[in-house]
Amino acid sequence: MAEKITMAHGSGGRSTDELIDTIFAKEFDNPVLDAMEDSAVVPVTGKIALTTDSFVVTPLKFRGGDIGRLCVCGTVNDLLMRGARPAWLTCGFILEEGLDIGLLKELTASMAAAAKEAGVRIAAGDTKVVEGHGGMYINTAGVGIFPKETSAAASGICASAARASDAILVSGTMGDHHAAILSERMAIETDIESDNAPLVDMVGNLLASGLHIHTMRDVTRGGLGTVLKELAAASGKTFTIRESAIPVNPKVRSFAGLLGLDPVYMGNEGKMVVILPEEEAQQALEIMRKSRYGSQAAIIGRVTEEKPGELLMETDIGGLRRLDVLQGEGLPRIC
Amino acid sequence: MCVALPGRVVSVDGEYAQVDFEGNEVRALAGLVKVKPGDRVLVHAGCILQKLAADEADSMEEIFREIGEEFA
Amino acid sequence: MMTLDDVKAWLKNYDGPSMRIMEVCGSHTGAISKNGIPGMLSEKISLLSGPGCPVCVTPSAYIDRLIELAMRPDTCVVTFGDLIRVPGSSKSLALAKGEGARVKMVYSPLDIIPLAKKDPDTIWCFAAVGFETTTPVYAALMDELIRDDIRNVRLLTALKTMPEVIDWLMSSGADVQGFIAPGHVSVVTGADIWKPLAQKYSIPFGVAGFEGPELLAAIAGIVMNYGRGVVKNYYPRVVTPEGNRTAQKEIDRYFEKADVVWRGMGKIPGSGRVLRPEYSFFDAGSRGLDEDHKKNKACHCDEVLTGRITPRQCPLFGKACTPVNPQGACMVSTEGACLSWLAGGRE
Repeated sequence: MAEKITMAHGSGGRSTDELIDTIFAKEFDNPVLDAMEDSAVVPVTGKIALTTDSFVVTPLKFRGGDIGRLCVCGTVNDLLMRGARPAWLTCGFILEEGLDIGLLKELTASMAAAAKEAGVRIAAGDTKVVEGHGGMYINTAGVGIFPKETSAAASGICASAARASDAILVSGTMGDHHAAILSERMAIETDIESDNAPLVDMVGNLLASGLHIHTMRDVTRGGLGTVLKELAAASGKTFTIRESAIPVNPKVRSFAGLLGLDPVYMGNEGKMVVILPEEEAQQALEIMRKSRYGSQAAIIGRVTEEKPGELLMETDIGGLRRLDVLQGEGLPRIC
Repeated sequence: MCVALPGRVVSVDGEYAQVDFEGNEVRALAGLVKVKPGDRVLVHAGCILQKLAADEADSMEEIFREIGEEFA
Repeated sequence: MMTLDDVKAWLKNYDGPSMRIMEVCGSHTGAISKNGIPGMLSEKISLLSGPGCPVCVTPSAYIDRLIELAMRPDTCVVTFGDLIRVPGSSKSLALAKGEGARVKMVYSPLDIIPLAKKDPDTIWCFAAVGFETTTPVYAALMDELIRDDIRNVRLLTALKTMPEVIDWLMSSGADVQGFIAPGHVSVVTGADIWKPLAQKYSIPFGVAGFEGPELLAAIAGIVMNYGRGVVKNYYPRVVTPEGNRTAQKEIDRYFEKADVVWRGMGKIPGSGRVLRPEYSFFDAGSRGLDEDHKKNKACHCDEVLTGRITPRQCPLFGKACTPVNPQGACMVSTEGACLSWLAGGRE
C-alpha cells in the first residue's frame, strides 16, 4: 500500500477496499461491522438516545490524546449526559489527500482503544477523500440505550431540570483540553495534557447510586461559563458559583495567563457538570471522586430563584461577576 | 492593554532566557534587562520587560501601608 | 496600615465627592470585570473604560492595508490573535482569510524569525500594533533582523503612546477625576511619565497592577487623592519611577514620534511611533494610514473610547453589534471596552 492517501483511496474501488480491510475493519473488528452490509442492524428495546458530532481538531495528535480518541469520547459523553448507556457508534472519515497512512493507522487504533474503554462498538463507517494537505476529519454518530434498571432514574435528566437549592458539581479541572491544543500551536513548552476521556464509569456509578440527578452536561467548547449559563437559561434559575471552588490545574491557570485567556471559558473533552439536590451533593461528590477521571471533582455552587437565567460568580476578592456565554472565539490576545 | 506575567528564569542562553511559568516554559528575549537563573521577571509577548523587586512578597503590604497613611 | 477588608469597606461606604475614574488599559478593564469590582464600589465612584486596547484604536485604513498585504501571493501577515477579527472599511482579516489571504497567529513578534528563515521566498509581515509595552519587543525584533541579516520581514506599525491620548482626552473636556494608570506601560515608561498630566489637570494617577487586591488598593488610593495632581505607584513590584531605560533607548533607536490616527478620535499630535526613515526598508507602508471609515454609521466606538458614554449607552450594543458580528473594534478584542462590558455583565 502507498504511504500517503491519494484520491484513489476514495474511489470506491480496490484502494478503498484495501484501506478498509487493512485499517478500519482490522481495528474495529466486530461482527456487526464485519458483515459489511449497506447498513448495520443492531438489537434494541425501548427508547434510544441518538447523537452526532464532527471532529476537526488540529493538530491530529496532541499531548494526552488524538482525534481518534476524541471522536469516540465526544459522542460517548453526549450519550451519557442523558443517562443513556453508549452502545453503538458510526464513523465517517473525510481524509485529505497526502495524509500519512501510518498516522491514519495509529489514529484508528487509538479510536478502537477508546471505543473499547467506553464499551461501545463501531457498527458502520464511511471514507471519503478530498483534496487538501494531509489532514483529516471524523464524524461520529452514536446510539445509547437505557438499561431497564436505570431508566426510571435517568429518564428525567435534562438541561432544564435544575431546581432551587440544588448543588452544582464539576468532575475535575477546567480548561485542560483547550490549553493542550493551544500549546501545540503556540511556542510555549508545557506538559499540559488534554483531558479527553469517556465518562462511562462516573456516569454509571452516579446512575447506579439512585441519587436524584436533575442535570448532567459535559463541559466542552466554550468552557464551564458557557455551559452553566446555558443551563441557567434553560432552567430559568440563578446559578451562583464560587471562583475559589472551581478546580483549575495551576499549570493551566498560568498558561491561560500567558495568553490572556480565562479558564472559565476554556474547553474540556472529559469533564462534566452535575446538578442535583444539595443534600445529595456530598454523596455524589464522593462517587465522582472515586470514579475514573473524577479525582478532582468539586462542589462549586448552588441554584436559587432570584434572578432567572443568570450565572453569577463570587470572586476571590468578594466581588460578584455576572457571566455570559463565551463571546467571540477565545483567541489568545496579547495587547 | 498588555498581557504580561511574572515567571522565573530557568536558564540564560546568549540573548535569550528560558522562563518558567508554573510548568509552562517560554523562550524570551532577555536583551532589555540583565537576568540570571532564579530571577523573577515580567514577560510580555516573548520579551522580558523587567525584573521583579526582590522583596516582591512585601509589596502588597507596602501598598496597603501607603494607602493606610493616605487615609490617616 | 489598612487591610484588604478595610479597603473594601472604605470603598463600599465612600461618601465624598463623586468620582469618575478612567482605566486606560484593556487588561485593567478585563480584570475589573473578572473580579466583579464595579459592584464593590460606592455609588459615588464609577469606573470608565478609556482607549486602552491597541487593537481597538487602529483606524480602518490600517486593517485595509493589512488585508491588501495578506492577499498578495508572496506575503503572509503574522499577527496577535485579537487583531484578526477587527473590521476594516469593508471586512476583517478573518474574512479575507476565507478569500485566500495568508494570515498566521503567534504568541510573540519574535516568532516571525524562524518563519522567515524557514521560508525565505515569502515576505513575512508583522501586524505591529501596541502601546509602549509592546514597542520595545518590536525594537528587539529589529535588532535580531539586522543582526541576522533577515531581509524578508516587514512591520506594518500602528504604535500608540498613552500620555498624548490622555492629554487629548482631558483637553477635550472628558469628565474624569482620576486615572488608573496602565501598569505594564508604566513598566517601560516609568511612573513619573504621568506627573506632567497629573499636575496639568490636578487629578490623581494611580499606577495599578492586575490582581484584584492591587486594583482595589489603587482605586482607593486614587479616590483618597481626589483633586490632587499626584502620581502614586501601587504596582511597585515591577514599576519604578524611571521605567526601563534600556527599553526606552531601544524604542528611540528604531522608532520616531509621529502624529497618528486613533479610531474614532482622529489624528492626535505625537501620539504614536513609526519606523525611522533609515529603517524604511522594513516598513510595509505604515505612514499615512489615516482614513478611518466606520463600518456602521451608528457605531459609537469613538464616544466609548473617550469615556463620553458607557458601552451600554450605544444603541448598537449587544443588538446589531455583537462579538460574532462586531460593528466597531471595541466589540472585537476581549480587552475592548464593549466586549469586556458585555461579557462581564457590567452595567
